[in-house]
Amino acid sequence: MDNLLLMLAPLFSSKLLLVLFFGTLFGLILGVLPGLGPTTGGALILPFTMTLDPLSAIVLLTSIYCAGTYGGAITAVLINTPGTPAAAATCLDGYPLAQKGEAGRALGMATVSSTVGGIFSVVILVFFAPILAQLAYEFGQPEYFALAIFGLTMLASIGEGSPIKNLIAGAFGILISTVGKDFMTSIDRFTFGINELTEGIGFIPVVVGLFAMSEMLTQSTLINQIFNRIALKAIKLPSKDDYKKTWKTILRSSGIGSFIGVLPAEGGTVASLIGYSEAKRFSKNPEEFGKGSIEGIAGAEAANNAATGGAMVPTLALGIPGSATTAVILTGLIIHGVRPGPDLFREQPDFLYGIFGAMLIANILFFIFGFFGAKIFARITLVPNKILWPMIFAVSVCGTYSLNQSIIDVWIMLFFGVLGFFMRRYGFSVVPVIIGLILGELVEGTLRQSLVIFDGNWLMFFTRPIALTFFILSLIALAFPLIRSKKFRKKL
Amino acid sequence: MKNVQKQKRANKSLPFFFRDEFKVSLIIILISVALLITTFTFDIVPPILNRGIQPATFPKALLVLIIIMTLFIYYLATKNPWKVEKKLPRSFFLTLSSFVIFVVVSKTLDFFLAISALSIFVSYCWGEKRLFYLFLVGIIFPIIVFIFFETILGLRFPPGIITNIYYS
Repeated sequence: MDNLLLMLAPLFSSKLLLVLFFGTLFGLILGVLPGLGPTTGGALILPFTMTLDPLSAIVLLTSIYCAGTYGGAITAVLINTPGTPAAAATCLDGYPLAQKGEAGRALGMATVSSTVGGIFSVVILVFFAPILAQLAYEFGQPEYFALAIFGLTMLASIGEGSPIKNLIAGAFGILISTVGKDFMTSIDRFTFGINELTEGIGFIPVVVGLFAMSEMLTQSTLINQIFNRIALKAIKLPSKDDYKKTWKTILRSSGIGSFIGVLPAEGGTVASLIGYSEAKRFSKNPEEFGKGSIEGIAGAEAANNAATGGAMVPTLALGIPGSATTAVILTGLIIHGVRPGPDLFREQPDFLYGIFGAMLIANILFFIFGFFGAKIFARITLVPNKILWPMIFAVSVCGTYSLNQSIIDVWIMLFFGVLGFFMRRYGFSVVPVIIGLILGELVEGTLRQSLVIFDGNWLMFFTRPIALTFFILSLIALAFPLIRSKKFRKKL
Repeated sequence: MKNVQKQKRANKSLPFFFRDEFKVSLIIILISVALLITTFTFDIVPPILNRGIQPATFPKALLVLIIIMTLFIYYLATKNPWKVEKKLPRSFFLTLSSFVIFVVVSKTLDFFLAISALSIFVSYCWGEKRLFYLFLVGIIFPIIVFIFFETILGLRFPPGIITNIYYS
């Protein structure tokens, strides 16, 4: 009961409500604009959160996360281009339905299913994050090491694209985290005599570079692309018939999305694809999928928004991000001096339940904004890229510079922009780099501390039951893509 | 699907050293080897200060892992070639060169001037010819961003010919 009251706290704070309002609005705008999204937006707004107290800062980031994930659906339905990668599956049925003159119905279903998925995942978050945090009390350094390894292998196995390429990208992310002074012995590593590198490579330049700048380069290859925009008259709430058709799909996808979100991977993107394919598998009319099926929209949208709450579970309970955007939120927590993990649940329940409550309200807010303002948000996509991207560049440069007031950070951002472009071009996802970078210190630190505990005996890792379980799960995760492809080939 | 297969066939018909998978794998391996050699120059700590492993051991292990996995993706690609990517358009190279111009101008002349120059250059190269919009993205918007960051975050931008005038 106390926790429920703590969750309602944001409702009684005008400051938090204002932060939620602007966060949701900003998140929606970011979600609508193709190429931008909650990850880039969160990274760009991170310096501004320094002017806020920790709770307001994290509420701002989480509301951007929730609203940004939904915002991608507006562009997916109206211009057949996902505003965020998580909305890719929404294009498959959203746009064909819009072409039939039912854009309002498609967006109505996307809005309702996103809201239900989002709220469902917050409920999961409220119940499971404390349980996971309790379990984490049993974790020592070896268990955390095994858990981080499990996280990285999961990223490879269920992330988008080639598992080995994902592993390379993850290993590269960890390698970046080793740049600078070794945090245990103060020995310089990969600094090449550059003083600015002794502090290491910051998270923000890498995120903004890999997401925003690489997208700018991608957009430079698409300047002649013409979008067929479909006019939106008004959003329509789903009819009784639509609800009858989709309620099972929405609930199933909400469950799938929350589960996938908990696993460290590309959160909403993978969740929406699985949610969509499961909706098709269980549908009475699978032949309608790809031609404007209302169930397809519901399946994809409920799943990608459900992944938001799911991804916050390991982020808050263990300090291990469930997606790229939660990696930004984790950075926000650390910048504000909040250490995620089991102690946070014991010592600052008001802070945590405030976040949970804010996420719940953000889901309701984006429903209202989406329902009444989708037409206006859709117009944002009319801003031409030749105007939009130079502006994004200016904000990215100033945002990156502002955190450490370092011009080197800006150059690092540009370097990662170019690198990210070529990585994406050749099928390497950039998300594992981000997760690897944020987990790098944890992986190395826990490994080295474990070896101190074990007196250098590596085999001792396997005498710890929890660590051993995570190692076995890692092996299964690595073998999973192989089994999946063999099964797939057999089917063919 | 047919297009992807066609692109894959086209890639297979090229000599191996022209294929994307070879070039990408080679670049990753060369960089990894160079970094691996660098790890041998890291200081070695005496056993009393050594926390579990030497500071160079962990990056070394990562680099070896990256090299092995890269060889593996190349091996897989010999069986199932990557699709040939389209040639990059002129606008990409212009945008890329604008990044270089930005670095040079921000280092030698002025940070604000660098943002302004890049914004106008990119906008123009991407097809914006109207003076008002070039002025908007190149002058008005960067000024708003500058003032916004300075006022809200109390940020001080690096010195330069324009920034110095502003601060004076």
